[in-house]
Amino acid sequence: MRKKKTHILGWILLLGSTITICSFLFIIIFHLFSQGLPVLSWEFLFGHPKEGLTKGGIFPAIIGTILLTLITTVFAVPFGICCAIYLNEYAGESRLTGIIRASIRNLSGIPSIIYGLFGLALFVQSMRLGTSLLSAGLTLGLLSLPYIITTTEEALKRVPNSTREAALAIGSTQFESIRDFVIPQAMPGIITGIVLTIARVAGETAPILFTGVAFYITGVPGSVKQEFMALPYHLYMLSTQHQSIETVRPLAYGTVTVLILIILMMNMVAFYIRQKFRENE
Amino acid sequence: MNNKLSAEKLNLHFGNRHTLKDVNISIPERKIVALIGPSGCGKTTLLRTFNRMHDLVSDVKITGEVKLEDLDIYGNTIPVTQIRRRIGMVFQKPNPFPKSIFDNVAYGLKLNKTPAGRINEIVEESLKESALWEEVKNDLKKPANRLSGGQQQRLCIARTIAVKPEVILMDEPCSALDPISTAKVEELMLELKKNYTIVVVTHNMQQAQRVSDEIAFMYMGELVEYGSNNKIFLSPDKDMTKNYVSGHFG
Amino acid sequence: MSTRFRENTDLFFSKLFKVTGLLTLVLLGGIFFMLLYNSVSFFLDVAPLDFFTGNQWNPGSRGDYGILPLIASTILVTLGSMLIAVPLGIFTAAYMSEFANRRVQRILKPVIEMLAAIPSVAIGFLGIVIIGPGIAKLFGMQNGLNALNGSILLAIMSLPTIVTVAEDAIHAVPMSYKEASLGLGADKWETLFRVTLPAALPGLIAAVMLGLGRAIGETMTVLMATGNSLAFPDGYLDSIRTITATIAIEMGEVPYQTTHYYALFAIATVLFIITLAVNLIGEAIAKYYRKFGA
Repeated sequence: MRKKKTHILGWILLLGSTITICSFLFIIIFHLFSQGLPVLSWEFLFGHPKEGLTKGGIFPAIIGTILLTLITTVFAVPFGICCAIYLNEYAGESRLTGIIRASIRNLSGIPSIIYGLFGLALFVQSMRLGTSLLSAGLTLGLLSLPYIITTTEEALKRVPNSTREAALAIGSTQFESIRDFVIPQAMPGIITGIVLTIARVAGETAPILFTGVAFYITGVPGSVKQEFMALPYHLYMLSTQHQSIETVRPLAYGTVTVLILIILMMNMVAFYIRQKFRENE
Repeated sequence: MNNKLSAEKLNLHFGNRHTLKDVNISIPERKIVALIGPSGCGKTTLLRTFNRMHDLVSDVKITGEVKLEDLDIYGNTIPVTQIRRRIGMVFQKPNPFPKSIFDNVAYGLKLNKTPAGRINEIVEESLKESALWEEVKNDLKKPANRLSGGQQQRLCIARTIAVKPEVILMDEPCSALDPISTAKVEELMLELKKNYTIVVVTHNMQQAQRVSDEIAFMYMGELVEYGSNNKIFLSPDKDMTKNYVSGHFG
Repeated sequence: MSTRFRENTDLFFSKLFKVTGLLTLVLLGGIFFMLLYNSVSFFLDVAPLDFFTGNQWNPGSRGDYGILPLIASTILVTLGSMLIAVPLGIFTAAYMSEFANRRVQRILKPVIEMLAAIPSVAIGFLGIVIIGPGIAKLFGMQNGLNALNGSILLAIMSLPTIVTVAEDAIHAVPMSYKEASLGLGADKWETLFRVTLPAALPGLIAAVMLGLGRAIGETMTVLMATGNSLAFPDGYLDSIRTITATIAIEMGEVPYQTTHYYALFAIATVLFIITLAVNLIGEAIAKYYRKFGA
């Protein structure tokens, strides 16, 4: 029957696509982890690279990634939250507001490598910060700004207006109502956004390529004005630029496993916060 | 009689909608005035004009004069936060802060740096004045949202009177409450009017009859008639008033 | 009096918040200005005609700055990725929205989120260790670093975006449309293909555009997995070099403020304009069709 044929076709298309996508994820994780987990040892995680990076550990890269995301967060979070507060609590529906929102949308669509160029031109060269943790961190900060603004604004929107009205009716200023009620209530949502941003930033490579990341430095950067190692870049170099690619392949697997584990852990933290928050609502 | 609150030639536009049309009204001191009228007649809008809640909304235009005694409320001679201390508001759906019972009442006091000792006193006074003290005096640290609806609303009233306002605006304060809580709040209103001027918006004609001294009937943005409780219900001047209070339309 | 202090604080912060809002405009403007400024410096040395119609990109040895091979490579690989990702993504979204039960949805959503969380370097790595060799074996080539590899990887990268946005769009189609169709005697499948999906079209287009934008702007994946040869690509089994890969490779070595340096900004500007155009077109189409929608 004709209908039966359409049904079968439909199921093949829909279910087939879904299963295909799911299997992508499982194959990826399975393959990477099966090769990578065995490589993880105390020495790998906490040791420094040795013998021209063919042996040893990736500790500096892990530290580099952590420091990098720290700088990004410190820079982008206050900026992003203030902007979200402006958009949700103060700005009316004027042309200016529309333009600002459009700008934020466009900023989020700009390829990350262009942010890298901007960071190069502004931080490394114009502001003379040189290739450094600071330059790279600030560059990533700009990259994450639209995302933090968006997630914070969503969290602010979920705070019911009745709270704001109650605060204002009792004689608080708008700032006081935001400080004492809106932000505390929106906090779980804001933190979720921050954690997810960190997870994204940890994996970014393009923006740090010319703003400060290096393949091999002795030790961990002592100041923010120095170059640094980072996990994604380390992975890139190990898998493409190293002289003995085959030999270091296991290290590459180990690196990608660590990177993905860190990112997945952050995602789960965010997920957990979001769940707890929804329970209390 | 002193006029506590007044509006003269008040017009309000939401964008293109002319929501309040040439409203002239004088609210006497320490009486309960009920604003009644069918849905959409502008009574809540008028109420919110008195404590400048429309400041929060964009695209609002207000012309005319609104005064608290001699002070022009929209004149910007004193900060709007001070106006809202003198003119408090209780909302339709109880909206206690997500804090403890004590902190709810204390919040307004802390804003003005009232010393801690005084705060404790005032919190107790206010809870007593709103007939809630006996029920919560041992649980002041409990979260406010664990109270029942009626208790929450009395808490909101306590919170409002803690900052010692002169006027209390009430926007359908009982519409979200059960009959017993409603009765308690109405009883409270009759006590409160000894010390505060009260303006209450209500959908409930019987409530208006029970509690108000004077009544303002509104229709389609206009103040149709204003008079004493008896007058409005027994011998109103306008036919429209008569039709509304006798339930011919709602 | 403390009221003064409170009012001043309130005023200060309201101004501060407004300034941060305006700073986003400054940022966008700054990026645009930087690109423009350096591109102009480039066009002082090289004629625009040579740039836009030249089919050789060989800055070092011969001073050729033709962008066509880069554009061709970019188009090839992103088109390929969309051919894979769009059907997969939309059908999956349709399944998730219309057919999957609650339990399945609760598993699928995190799966898609996790796929989205995988960084581009990891996907590129995958292209080097599994997919590339797989392609090489399949077609009997020496290595599998080519446009096909890139297309598959970019598809994986844009799928989460396409699925999420498409699923929202399909889910947002009013029940009344579906009920009307079922009421007329159509079954679930006919309803899906003839009523629901067409009704969701604005959102589906937006989903594709967003996915396309991501694919065009992606750097690490193509850098690692497509071979990076500068020759004009012949087909999907050819090694290609996209605009993004070119910037990534050459920017690290190029001396500051030389023609070559400016040239990289020029191609970055082209990239910027292309992604901007894709995003704006997507928004415009979605807006246009929304007039006919709910």
